[in-house]
Parts: sequence; structure tokens; C-alpha cells
Amino acid sequence: MTQQPVALNRTDKPAAVASATKMVIRGVSVYYKTFRAIKNVDLPVYENRITAFIGPSGCGKSTLLRTLNRMNDLIPGARVEGKVLLDGEDIYAAGQDVVDIRRRVGMVFQRPNPFPMSVYDNVAFGLRLLGIRQKSILDEVVERSLRAAALWEHVCDNLNQSGMALSGGQQQRLCIARAIAVEPEVILMDEPTSALDPIATLTIEDLLQTLKENFTIVIVTHNMQQAARISDYTAFLSMDDDRAGYLVEFGPTVELFTNPKEKLTEDYITGRFG
Amino acid sequence: MPRQVLESEIQNLKNQILRLGDMVRQAMLDAIEALKHRATNRARQIIAADQAINALRFDIEKAALVVIATQQPLAHDLRFLASVLDIAGELERMGDYAKGIAKINILMGDKPLLKPLIDLPRMANITADMLQAALQAFVNDDAETAAAIPRRDDEVDGLYNQIYRELITFMIQDPKTIDQANYLLWAAHNVERMADRVTNICERTIFTASGEIVELDTDENGNAR
Repeated sequence: MTQQPVALNRTDKPAAVASATKMVIRGVSVYYKTFRAIKNVDLPVYENRITAFIGPSGCGKSTLLRTLNRMNDLIPGARVEGKVLLDGEDIYAAGQDVVDIRRRVGMVFQRPNPFPMSVYDNVAFGLRLLGIRQKSILDEVVERSLRAAALWEHVCDNLNQSGMALSGGQQQRLCIARAIAVEPEVILMDEPTSALDPIATLTIEDLLQTLKENFTIVIVTHNMQQAARISDYTAFLSMDDDRAGYLVEFGPTVELFTNPKEKLTEDYITGRFG
Repeated sequence: MPRQVLESEIQNLKNQILRLGDMVRQAMLDAIEALKHRATNRARQIIAADQAINALRFDIEKAALVVIATQQPLAHDLRFLASVLDIAGELERMGDYAKGIAKINILMGDKPLLKPLIDLPRMANITADMLQAALQAFVNDDAETAAAIPRRDDEVDGLYNQIYRELITFMIQDPKTIDQANYLLWAAHNVERMADRVTNICERTIFTASGEIVELDTDENGNAR
């Protein structure tokens, strides 16, 4: 396998490089029935940048991520307060089309979850759901998505093979191809490499660097080194005495990992937490 | 306590840096003392001992790189390790300056000193004190002390200028002294450069403690020299 060199076009001075704000989390609290899982988080998500959420287990990283495409709506008893703006519009406002929001803000999960169908059908799934049936369009989008997910070379000879037959890393790239096939603007990733071996992990990490040229990416990772390696911005969340997650510090990744402003951040990233 | 391995590696590196600093300090004081007494055998020993300084510098570098590779240090830990790499290099160069003074001693052959050395040992003592204080501040993560130490560099510079003027006067009065005076001027210059490198160490300490990169070697207008 030949590995294409990937330019890590991380913004070394993110503050100085203009980037539009794609999403804004404003005063967001999340409740599961009476339990407050997240309190009062304010956070920007910059366009064509990778934003990482880090923090100890149970601090609400995944919960916060799922507020960005209303995935929490699917959990009985879950309630979101505050606003989540996508291009300035509150996705929780009355009358919003949740299906459209989830098309614009896609998601990739922790464990690769290809559907039990062919590689082709996996990638075409979302398009067909949107009513696209024309074979030439489907062919084109399937190829483009698989190429973008760095998987085309491996599967182009046999697009009819089952998605389940691929290796773990390839399955996760298939899921990424499936997510980008519907041309989302933002991709949410919930620990996308935690079930993968180190080489497959690095392949996905390289892939994210090319994907961010066209997409805005938000990633939850419990691997701090991964956040340091790949993200432009990092948000560190922690848990308060009442077990509610809150934002401790947000900033350019290079600054957060070399010179954090908050002592709690320093203690966490240097492994002296608690 | 979490991160016991990292903590103990950091402590080891601190001890090693202090040890390297002691070796360099002693080499400089010995080189000046040997020059003062024109003890060329002692000078040869100092030149040979520089190998141990170089070896310890590389040991420290290697150990710091192993910690970076295996412990994934971040924030203050990472700044500390970057500074260790830098300071080990500064100390090694300071060792070279001490060796240079010993070489000058040998190059002077059997000619006597132009006059007894007074200001040069004084310069060396101040520089030795500055070095010790600077390394102590580094291992104590004490940015405040580190910021104050370079002020003593002005004393060193003052003595250097005095020596310079004195030796130039010798040379003008009697050109036959040019050779000897030049050697002493180089020895004084080496000590002056060592004091400048102490300032670099202090800058690293401030960086380690605060993350701020500051220029301590400035003139009265605050411009970098």
C-alpha cells in the first residue's frame, strides 16, 4: 500500500487566520430527566477546522457533541436548554427540520457500524433516503465519497462485497464515506478511532486533515495525544461537584497543550488530575 | 501520586543539569586559577576533562528525548524538557569556553603574566555565582529569581571593559606586550561570553515557569543586545 503524504495544514496561529464561525454553542445545558449532564457551555466551532472535545470520563463530551445535530432528541427524557446555531440559525428553534439538520451535520460513531449490505449500497444509502435514484449520480457520488475517505483504491474492484467484510479501519472509512456522501457541512465524530489499531488510527487521522478542507469537523476523543496531533482547537470539559459537565477552557490546540491558562487543564493534560 | 515515572525522570534530569553545571563552573574557576599561576599541567587536565562535560551533555539530551518519546509530556513538563535540551547545550558551550581559557594558558608558553590577575578572577567568581544561582532557579521553577540574575551581568561587563582598557594601554605603551595582552583579552572575553549564556539559561527558566519567551539581555532602552 502506498501512503500518500498528507500536508498537516494545521493553523499554527489560529487566532491570526481568519475562519468563519460555522456553529455556536450558546449557554447550552443538557438534562436527562432531572439530572443535569452539561451546564452552561459556550463554544464556537470554526469552519474548516477540527475542534476536539477532551475531558475525563463522564464529563459530557459525547452529550455535548450530540447536541450539535439533535441526536439527543432520540433519548427519552433528554432536554436541551440554550441555543446551538448553525450558520447563525438555532437548530433547536421551532419548525426546524431535524432530518435536514442531521444531513447538514453528519456523524461518525465510535465503533465502525457499516450496514449489512454492499460497500456501494452503504455509501449510497443516505442518497437513496433523500430520494436520489439515478444510477449515474449514485455512481459518481459513491466514487467521490470513497475517494475522499481514502478507500476507493481498496474497494473499487469489488464494490459489491459486503461492507462487513472490510478490516476495522476500512469499515470506519466506509462509515466516513457514507457520512460525507450526503454532503454534510459539519461532521461529528465520537471517538472514531478508539476501536482501531494504531496504524488504522493514523490513517483516519491523516484523512481528517484532508477532509477539513471541505468540512468542519468536531471530534470527541479520550486520547489527548490524538487531540494534540490533529485538532486546531480544543475544548477541555470537566465535571463539577454536582457531576454536571462544564467547559473549563477552550483555545487553539497548540496553546492549550503547551501553555494552558487554567490549572485544571494543566493538571489534566499532564496526567496529574484528581 | 499519578505520573511517578515522569516525576522521577524530571527529578533525575534536574540532578544531572545541576551536576553538569557544577562541572562547568569548576572547569572555569580552575582554568582561571591555572592561568593566574601559569600552571600549564593543570590547564592540560582541564582540557582533557572537557570530554566528561560533553559526554554528560549528550547523556542528558538522550534522557530528555527518551522521556519525550515515552511519557508524552505536555504543558509545563514539555517546556521543562525543551529547556533541559537547550540548557544542556548552553552548559556544554560554557565548558568549551573554560577549555579555551586553558588552551590560552598553554599557548602563552613560558612567558610570565604582564601583571598579577585581579579583575579576571573577580569576573570569573561573579559568573560562577550567577551560573549556580541560575541553575538553582531553573530546578526550583523560580522565574522571579531568574529574572534578577542577569542584572549581575553588568558587573561582569564592567570588569571586562576595565580589563580591555588596561590591556590596550599596555599594548600602546609597549608593542612587545601585544601577544601577551591579546591572550589575556581572549581569556576575559571567554568569561564574558559565559556570563551571557547564564542569561540565556535564565530566559529558559522564565519560559519553563510561565510559557513566556522574554529577552533578558537588553540595554537601557529595553532593546535586545
